[in-house]
Amino acid sequence: MTNEQLIEHLSAAFPDAVVKQGKQYPEITVSKEILHAFMKNLKSDTKLAFDYLVCESGVDYPAFIQVVYHIESTSLQHFLIVKCNTENRETAVLDTVMDIWPTAEFHEREIYDLLGITFNHHTDLRRLFLDDTWGHPLRKDFKDDIHVVER
Amino acid sequence: MAFEKYDFTPLTQAIHKALIENVSPLLTLIIEWTIIGVLFLLFIAVFGLLLVYVERKVCAAFQQRLGPMRVGPWGLLQTIADFVKLLMKELITPKSVDKFLYNLAPFIVIIVPFLTISVIPFAPGLQALDFDIGIFFVTAVSSVGVIGVLLAGWASNNKYSLIGGMRSGAQIVSYELSVGMSLITMVILAGTMQISEIVEMQRGGWFLFKGHIPAVIAFFIFVIAGTAETNRGPFDLAEAESELTAGFHTEYSGIKFAFFFLAEYINLFIVSAMATIVFLGGWMPFHFGDWAGFNNVMDFIPGLIWFFMKVFGIIFLIMWFKWTFPRLRIDQILTLEWKYLLPINLFNILLMATMVLLGWHW
Amino acid sequence: MAEIIEKLITTDEIKTDEYLVNMGPQHPSTHGVLRLLVKLEGEIVHNVEPHIGYIHSGIEKMSEALSYPQIIHLTDRMDYLSAHMNNEAVCLCIEDALQVQVPERVKYIRTIIDELQRLASHQLWWCASGMDLGALTAFFYGLRDREDILDIFEETCGARLTLNYSVPGGVMFDIHPNFQAKVKAFIKKFRKILPEYDKLLTGNIIFQNRTKGVGILSKEDAIAYGVTGPTGRASGFSCDVRKHHPYSAYPYIKFDEKVGTDGDCFMRWKLRMDEMRESLNIIEQLIDNIPEGDYALKMKGVIKLPEGEFYQRVETARGEFGVYIVSDGKKNPYRVKYRSPGFSNLFAINHIAKKWKIADLVAIMATFDLVIPDIDR
Repeated sequence: MTNEQLIEHLSAAFPDAVVKQGKQYPEITVSKEILHAFMKNLKSDTKLAFDYLVCESGVDYPAFIQVVYHIESTSLQHFLIVKCNTENRETAVLDTVMDIWPTAEFHEREIYDLLGITFNHHTDLRRLFLDDTWGHPLRKDFKDDIHVVER
Repeated sequence: MAFEKYDFTPLTQAIHKALIENVSPLLTLIIEWTIIGVLFLLFIAVFGLLLVYVERKVCAAFQQRLGPMRVGPWGLLQTIADFVKLLMKELITPKSVDKFLYNLAPFIVIIVPFLTISVIPFAPGLQALDFDIGIFFVTAVSSVGVIGVLLAGWASNNKYSLIGGMRSGAQIVSYELSVGMSLITMVILAGTMQISEIVEMQRGGWFLFKGHIPAVIAFFIFVIAGTAETNRGPFDLAEAESELTAGFHTEYSGIKFAFFFLAEYINLFIVSAMATIVFLGGWMPFHFGDWAGFNNVMDFIPGLIWFFMKVFGIIFLIMWFKWTFPRLRIDQILTLEWKYLLPINLFNILLMATMVLLGWHW
Repeated sequence: MAEIIEKLITTDEIKTDEYLVNMGPQHPSTHGVLRLLVKLEGEIVHNVEPHIGYIHSGIEKMSEALSYPQIIHLTDRMDYLSAHMNNEAVCLCIEDALQVQVPERVKYIRTIIDELQRLASHQLWWCASGMDLGALTAFFYGLRDREDILDIFEETCGARLTLNYSVPGGVMFDIHPNFQAKVKAFIKKFRKILPEYDKLLTGNIIFQNRTKGVGILSKEDAIAYGVTGPTGRASGFSCDVRKHHPYSAYPYIKFDEKVGTDGDCFMRWKLRMDEMRESLNIIEQLIDNIPEGDYALKMKGVIKLPEGEFYQRVETARGEFGVYIVSDGKKNPYRVKYRSPGFSNLFAINHIAKKWKIADLVAIMATFDLVIPDIDR
């Protein structure tokens, strides 16, 4: 599917979600309530067949924390960026997608470690890189008096 | 024959005679034992170091490099320097080891080559012990070493050591069979277990040629099983570096580690020496049919040199294995022994017995 | 009989306990500070739990405080064996964001260096995994031949390992006058050496027994776990970024994407060997046709990316490498995320190493070609 067809198909299938053509790839923003059902649909829909989670990353914006999923279909060769925001900085919670794409288990552990986003129903949510004395370094309000010297 | 002049019997007899005429028989015995003990000690130390050097150079040649070149001419003193370093190193005993067994293990391992080496005839008249059950003695004694390896693996209180020890136990116990069986094949041909007689019987031709097909099969099996019994690559599972760091001797340092190291190389020598004695005629020179001139020339080379030439030939072969093949897995190693080598060996014994009965050997 | 044995080994009295072994952080076959918590029963692996982060260097966090040209210098510390591909990924991402077209000459040079780097990486993989399987001689053969490529790199840009050759808008220096002759001589020499590699290991019966049918990763699992690169392609997952999303000079050349079927250790091995041959083909197509022109664009002193998000994927020696840059229009990025191939590949090991022996786990790790800084970032 080309990007235009993909956008058309997605906006028809998910009227709630915001679909737009990004700088490179189609981007779709979904609310965290429907995230899991939406992702499941992306994989099971034979017209979309997104079976390969390329990358899952977390970004700390001033207003919200965002998780970005780069997903690709290996059979249909199209690429999509899915975004999901959570406004609650203290207890940022999203649904896990590890039951859809097993590789997400470790990407989500990394995000949990570095950005402090908790994933519901994740079977093994532990810190991946750092030990428990650390905060969540990729948050913009992270302060580390010991290791980081402010210039 | 010409090579008879290299016989060491007159020399040893003269020493014995001189001693027995001057001191009491008991003292004679003690002095003779001491001399032999010191000689073997020196031999094992020097030959072990030499083999380490040879291994490094052979390995370097296979890997397109030079090997040790800095200490001494062509790096000859490198192994001696290493040995001095090992002697001076601190003996670290980890906290939670079984102290008694941990300290005992290296000694058990090093005792085996001392026992085995006593029956090896280096040259005519140069053999410390000459039983009528020489071959049996060698097979019996060489299986003691595995106890040391198992003890080291167990007593170290380290999981890698334990895995290494268990692997080595399974492997040596299995391959002991093949070594024994292939020796028995040759004993059938020789009709004796006395080592000096076995060598003497090969005066007319080495057993490898005398026994032709079954002897050649037995030789191959012996070399394979011997490599496995010395825990050398491709059968070096017990100390598989990439899997178990160093296997059963992970926790040993200093001279205790050196004991394991030395024992490995002396065991290599013993396996090669046994192959030489049983298959390649020990110190007997190479003779070809009735080419009198050729045979005479061969006779001028002393038996001692013949022995070591053959031994080094087989040592080179075993080193060649190590630096060419990847390592086997534990189940493959046991499959090789129990499913292939052992049945072939049993059949081979039957073949050899038939051949000896019908007189088909030369 | 078989039933009795089956009964015996499953009864509780005879069944051995599971025990834990820490493979690493210092272990000869983990190639770095990776720690695998292996649950064993005797020699059988029951569970492998990778513990990473020993050399986590916070490159993503560091990148937020640095300007774009400075970030490039951090990327070749991640996967140091595909340093140039990592550099190139960031450069392509920046160029894509600024919408500049680099000269043709740059594209050719970058692609040639890419493939040379891939060759060097596969050579090191070849020799190191030979060593893991117990064939120490392989190690020296591989290192000897890798030296030639590193010499070419040294002459080109001064560095042997962390190249830093790509800069936004081009490459740092023009190629050395000897470059083409040296590369051609290397190709000629290496075509003769490759069969030697096969003779030493690939055809060896012990080697084949150790690797054939061991650690099978199915195509579905490869996709689900995001296993890319030669490892994923050996399972039949056609994931070559060079083919599906061509960048630099890859659109101009003809090359085959090698895809295997079995997904076992031997297939992964063979696929990388085939890839080395393919890399030689790619370089041969490019080396004589490097167009004349500038080796770099004149860029602004301070590079500022327009506001937005940019994602660039390239194929490194280990798989798909992705750079995700979020820019807020300042001279340093708001957030950088590196999708490293080793990270995804590593976690498939637990899935395929179960029920194999500890020696097979080493073989599986060897054929996965892990580089630990790439995983830890």
